[in-house]
Amino acid sequence: MPVVAGKELRIVGFLCNWCSYGGADTAGVSRFKQPTDLRIIRVPCSGRVDPLFVVKSLLNGADGVLVAGCHPNDCHYSEGNFYARRRLEMLKQFLPYMGIDAKRFHYTWVSASEGARWQQVVSDFTKQVHGLGPLHRKEEASD
Amino acid sequence: MTIERLKEIVHKVLPDVDVVIGYRQGFDALHATPFFITKPEEVDELIWGPLCVHNLAAYLPSLTKNKKIAVIVKGCDSRTVNQYLQENLINRENTVIIGIPCSGVISVKKVLKGLGDQPIEAVSGDGDKITVTTSQGDKALSLSEVSPDKCRTCQYPTPLIYDHLAGDPISPDKPAESVYDDVREFEKLSLGERWHYWETELSRCIRCYACRNACPMCICQDKCIAESRDPHWMTQRLNGTEKLMYHMIHALHLAGRCVECEECTRVCPVEIPVAKIKKKINMEMAELFGYKAGVGVEDTPPMFTFKVDEEKIEEHEL
Repeated sequence: MPVVAGKELRIVGFLCNWCSYGGADTAGVSRFKQPTDLRIIRVPCSGRVDPLFVVKSLLNGADGVLVAGCHPNDCHYSEGNFYARRRLEMLKQFLPYMGIDAKRFHYTWVSASEGARWQQVVSDFTKQVHGLGPLHRKEEASD
Repeated sequence: MTIERLKEIVHKVLPDVDVVIGYRQGFDALHATPFFITKPEEVDELIWGPLCVHNLAAYLPSLTKNKKIAVIVKGCDSRTVNQYLQENLINRENTVIIGIPCSGVISVKKVLKGLGDQPIEAVSGDGDKITVTTSQGDKALSLSEVSPDKCRTCQYPTPLIYDHLAGDPISPDKPAESVYDDVREFEKLSLGERWHYWETELSRCIRCYACRNACPMCICQDKCIAESRDPHWMTQRLNGTEKLMYHMIHALHLAGRCVECEECTRVCPVEIPVAKIKKKINMEMAELFGYKAGVGVEDTPPMFTFKVDEEKIEEHEL
């Protein structure tokens, strides 16, 4: 789907199957209005999200990346999101060192019942990425 | 003399092991090269000094499965051994560690630069100076001037783990709090300046993978996702995105594992400060989890574990 010129940005969302994907579904079923910049990729668990997924997305066309999983202590696989938290925090602090704004990447916890919270997260994150504008990638233009 | 004690130790352990890994003179007076000793008469070729720059511990994972290996390690290299033990990558029973307290090595690149890349005829060293002879005459260089960055903030001149120690322990004389000063200094730049810095530095990268091949903690080697077609993480295109992606892979796979031996920077043919990328993550690991790779044998690398309540990680607000 082409990006609506000048209006939409590309935001990739990695959502855990058990909580956040359900949360997004709840938000949809409840007909909460959400920005359409986000493209969702469903993963079995936030622990499945390799920090390199985020880097690869950002370097290859995404303007923002959102990772969402079950709240700590509520992981379907007991401990996947605890590992995710350490990895993603490491990445969050590392990205600005390489010159990528940490605001382009966000990770958070949304449960399956929190449709309203999901709407809030998506709206706020999209607004934040819009504030930064498209991620500058001069290299790709000349490639 | 350290070298005499070292030879004595090697003679003593050689009958019990398949090979002793040390250093000998390389193709010219400035270069040392790894040396695999299997016979007693070879021991005399062994050398030790500021030219012995390689991290020999990197040979261990591929060899200790079915051979008994003795390896000579400096203080910084000993962290590699500890990290291997933490990650269960080597067999301790098949490993004999000969430690050498080290007062600093040279960076061959910096010496050659100081000489204007002249062919080397002879090198002599005394204490904190080395004198290099070329066809243009002698040139004295102070060791602190040509030392690699890791020596300038060295916290572990004496090996942290050893079975035999050749020489007397040396205590660190560099302040522990200034180890990451260069990272903090770099972070004072704006985001755009940092992006531009890495864009410029990494534009030289030829993706020869020397940094990965030399890295003691890059244990996937021929299964590296930088070269794999399935999964296909990277293309063969020669552009900045792929170069940055490769270095991101290297850095993130070393998160909480990099032992700061700076082999990556040493071997880089186009002089990219590769270790500087990893140093930032090491600083994070120290701040977030109080962890330094390869310091204790019993530690667990921070990405291999978790705490239900992380003291230092706070939820990010939008």
